[in-house]
Amino acid sequence: MMSKLDAKIPDGPLADKWTNHKAKLRLVNPANRRKLDIIVVGTGLAGASAASTLGELGYNVKVFCYQDSPRRAHSVAAQGGINAAKNYKNDNDSVYRLFYDMLKGGDFRAREANVYRAAEVSNLVIDHYTALGVPFARDYGGLIENRSFGGVQVSRTFYAKGQTGQQCLIGAYSALSRQIDKGTVTMYPRREMMDLVVIDGKARGIIARNLVTGEIERHSAHAVVLATGGYGTIYYLSTLALNSNGSAAWRAHKRGALFANPSFVQIHPTSIPVLNDHQCKLTLMSESLRNDGRVWVPKKKGDTRKPNEIPEEERDYYLERRYPAFGNLVPRDVASRAAKERCDAGYGVGPTGLSVYLDFRDAIQKKGRKYIEDSYGNLFEMYEKITGESPYEVPMRIYPAGHYTMGGLWVDYNLMTTIPGLYAIGEANFSDHGANRLGASSLMQTSGDGYFILPYTISDYLADDIRTPKIPTNTPEFDAAEKEVKERIDRLMSINGTETATSFHKRLGKIMWDYCGMVRNEEGLKKALGLLDELKEEFWKNLKVPDTANEMNQELEKANRIADFLELGKLLVYDALNRRESCGAHFREESQTETGEAKRDDQNFAYVAAWEFAGDGNEPILHKEELKFEYVKLQERSYK
Amino acid sequence: MKVKLKIWRQKDSRSKGKFEIYELDNVAPDMSFLEMLDALNQKLIKEGKSPVAFDHDCREGICGSCGIYINGRPHGNDHRTTTCELRLRRFKDGETITIEPWRAAAFPVVKDLVVDRSAFDKIIQAGGYISVNAGAAQDANAIPVPKHNADVAFDTASCIGCGACVAACKNASAMLFVAAKITHLAQFPQGRVEAPERVKRMVAKMDELGFGSCTNTRACEAECPKGISISTIAKLNREFISAKLKD
Ligand SMILES: Cc1cc2nc3c(=O)[nH]c(=O)nc-3n(C[C@H](O)[C@H](O)[C@H](O)COP(=O)(O)OP(=O)(O)OC[C@H]3O[C@@H](n4cnc5c(N)ncnc54)[C@H](O)[C@@H]3O)c2cc1C
Ligand code: SF4
Ligand code: FES
Repeated sequence: MMSKLDAKIPDGPLADKWTNHKAKLRLVNPANRRKLDIIVVGTGLAGASAASTLGELGYNVKVFCYQDSPRRAHSVAAQGGINAAKNYKNDNDSVYRLFYDMLKGGDFRAREANVYRAAEVSNLVIDHYTALGVPFARDYGGLIENRSFGGVQVSRTFYAKGQTGQQCLIGAYSALSRQIDKGTVTMYPRREMMDLVVIDGKARGIIARNLVTGEIERHSAHAVVLATGGYGTIYYLSTLALNSNGSAAWRAHKRGALFANPSFVQIHPTSIPVLNDHQCKLTLMSESLRNDGRVWVPKKKGDTRKPNEIPEEERDYYLERRYPAFGNLVPRDVASRAAKERCDAGYGVGPTGLSVYLDFRDAIQKKGRKYIEDSYGNLFEMYEKITGESPYEVPMRIYPAGHYTMGGLWVDYNLMTTIPGLYAIGEANFSDHGANRLGASSLMQTSGDGYFILPYTISDYLADDIRTPKIPTNTPEFDAAEKEVKERIDRLMSINGTETATSFHKRLGKIMWDYCGMVRNEEGLKKALGLLDELKEEFWKNLKVPDTANEMNQELEKANRIADFLELGKLLVYDALNRRESCGAHFREESQTETGEAKRDDQNFAYVAAWEFAGDGNEPILHKEELKFEYVKLQERSYK
Repeated sequence: MKVKLKIWRQKDSRSKGKFEIYELDNVAPDMSFLEMLDALNQKLIKEGKSPVAFDHDCREGICGSCGIYINGRPHGNDHRTTTCELRLRRFKDGETITIEPWRAAAFPVVKDLVVDRSAFDKIIQAGGYISVNAGAAQDANAIPVPKHNADVAFDTASCIGCGACVAACKNASAMLFVAAKITHLAQFPQGRVEAPERVKRMVAKMDELGFGSCTNTRACEAECPKGISISTIAKLNREFISAKLKD
């Protein structure tokens, strides 16, 4: 079944595709841009970069986020760094190498052309952030420093200590602020997109809720861009900001946008482990720590001695042992599963046995405390604040946690979803990362999408719309969408049961983590389908939302998002069930090598699974986009 | 452990607020302050009462959403700590904890502990940026920047816009916030061209929005969770005077 999916990948040699394609994309002349409205939902690196750039070009942009200020979007939390193929270190890096590492890191489940383009524009992203005043780390000569990150052998990661996301977002936000001041961009903070409005098959607006007054608003535009981030909070405990959610993407899906590879979720190997059951999130400890930290567990099962009392020869540096070529720097999925394997086998440390050590003792001895402080100071502080222990003195304890969603709305090469006029950028789309993301590539991709790709491709679509007047909001389609939103809110408010949204979220998270988390198998996944149905039924019978809908009501916000997660969760499970192979972060127990590594099945699964919504309660319909690899040979990923 | 919470409740910006007292048993020392409020809210909802509204998102000290006055201090007692990072192990068993929203004319209360900090965004919109269009930049290494400047820029750019400095100041001045931004951008050659305009516009905006003036009490610096130094204020003053001299 091919039908709906035309990825619109340009012809020609890989390295020329984007250049040739750009030359053919139609333009909108500046006088007409002013007459065209574009809605951008989200102000993370993807949304802020897109909105500010579209504003610079002269379009009339409206941008939305649910935080009180665009500067607080989840991108702010990214720690480790942002990649670019600058080859500043002269270590023989190149666009091709970055492309190749991403494709391989993605276990060959991403599109060649998109990934190549992401690598290609990465250099521009760094130039632009630098010009905006993002203080990347510099050496004494005044040039920008780089480090190596997440399983690669070149130093191509740009960073600002452990605050790369914040520093980049402040840059993107300041550029956005400049456009707000100029009046090309109108900012709507504390607004949540509740639904997408589709008119004559095209995305023409959104329904939003004003989170302060509860008012339901209609906003129209010639095109809509979703930059709403990932849905990793579906696991309840994750490294994401607490309010991150999948609702906007899910509503778009229900309105006709296909959802691709939903089960591709990256589990990050280095987060602070679950310490107790009041915990609301798992804080990530940047992967850059693995450049200097060594991962180990005791050689003896159930060894309860303090880590510093365990002598060298009784420590098992299992990553260095199993993967001598990459050691502590193996990719995230490999490191995550290896930690789980050791803990499951009874070698885990800490009160729950569900953690391993990340030890800086040797690095401090070799490079000095000052060096470690300069590189990771704020991460160490963060760790100490949470756990009460200083990583300068005792090794950190870490464990994998749900982190980054590689699935998302299906988009073509122009970043347009299957709904004409609806675009998805950044983590909200599926396009570049395949099964397992290469570290520090997300900030690069989200920024590249917003600054250098979408602004070009969207003009090609809008070129047909220059004579379309402002889209009115009093149409039957707006009426209907608004009515649905209001009815749903009324329904949530009137259940009046006994359980809070949070309690449902916790239970949902547990189902997802147990059956569709770090490892999956057919039996568990089938079981999860039933459990999710039951939970959804109970949710709609027994939820309790306090207060009213006509005021700031944070519980109602949660309830709305959990209602969507309960449905999206099922799609994740269907997708994981369908993919009877292991690839990258998707590990199907049935498909592994003799040594327990992920076993891909290129014969049968070298495709993007794009799902169509088939009505509430019905099994979704699978569409396959075959992945063709013309420029790289599909290789087994080996880190031995 | 147990805590007694004295919390400011205010239905919306137009209503009058008042303190309510709640008791919470079974809190644990390793809970974060906001996890404690989560627990309180779960309890309130189950009892059919209104949960306490408060702003939060990242819960790891970086987004700047959270901000609560705790026992008379912004973000509580701990040095260099946001409210979400604060842990209950810093409180005594049975302690009464007073919890209030930021109090500043420029930050009106939205509900309970939530305030409107959009004035900060307006200050940034008045010039807290370097004017460059996407795609117009030269190679990132074309203009070297001394490591020292990059480090100062980093330190000052780590301001999370939480508003604690304003809340801590008896004049509700936004000087530390503005100074952090001015100092950050002043470190780069790229930002120099529009520096005089920037500082004049940002300062004027700050005054216009109802923030008070700085009288050097240093309360802001003491309460800033990111350790922004008041030496930035001196820098701001220098930039401002030199901009005025150019007029
Ligand atoms: C702890 C952590 C560390 C990370 N470190 C790195 C790293 O070092 N390097 C790297 O490359 N990547 C890293 N990542 C991943 C990276 O940060 C994210 O993938 C990326 O920032 C996503 O950006 P985005 O713009 O797509 O979305 P986000 O930054 O998540 O922004 C989403 C936006 O959408 C808005 N929104 C969402 N739903 C709605 C709605 N319904 N209505 C209105 N607005 C809505 C939100 O308000 C927000 O503004 C990290 C992630 C985490 C969690
Ligand atoms: S200067 Fe400090 S206290 Fe003030 S807003 Fe910035 S981080 Fe918060
Ligand atoms: S919730 Fe983000 S800083 Fe506290």
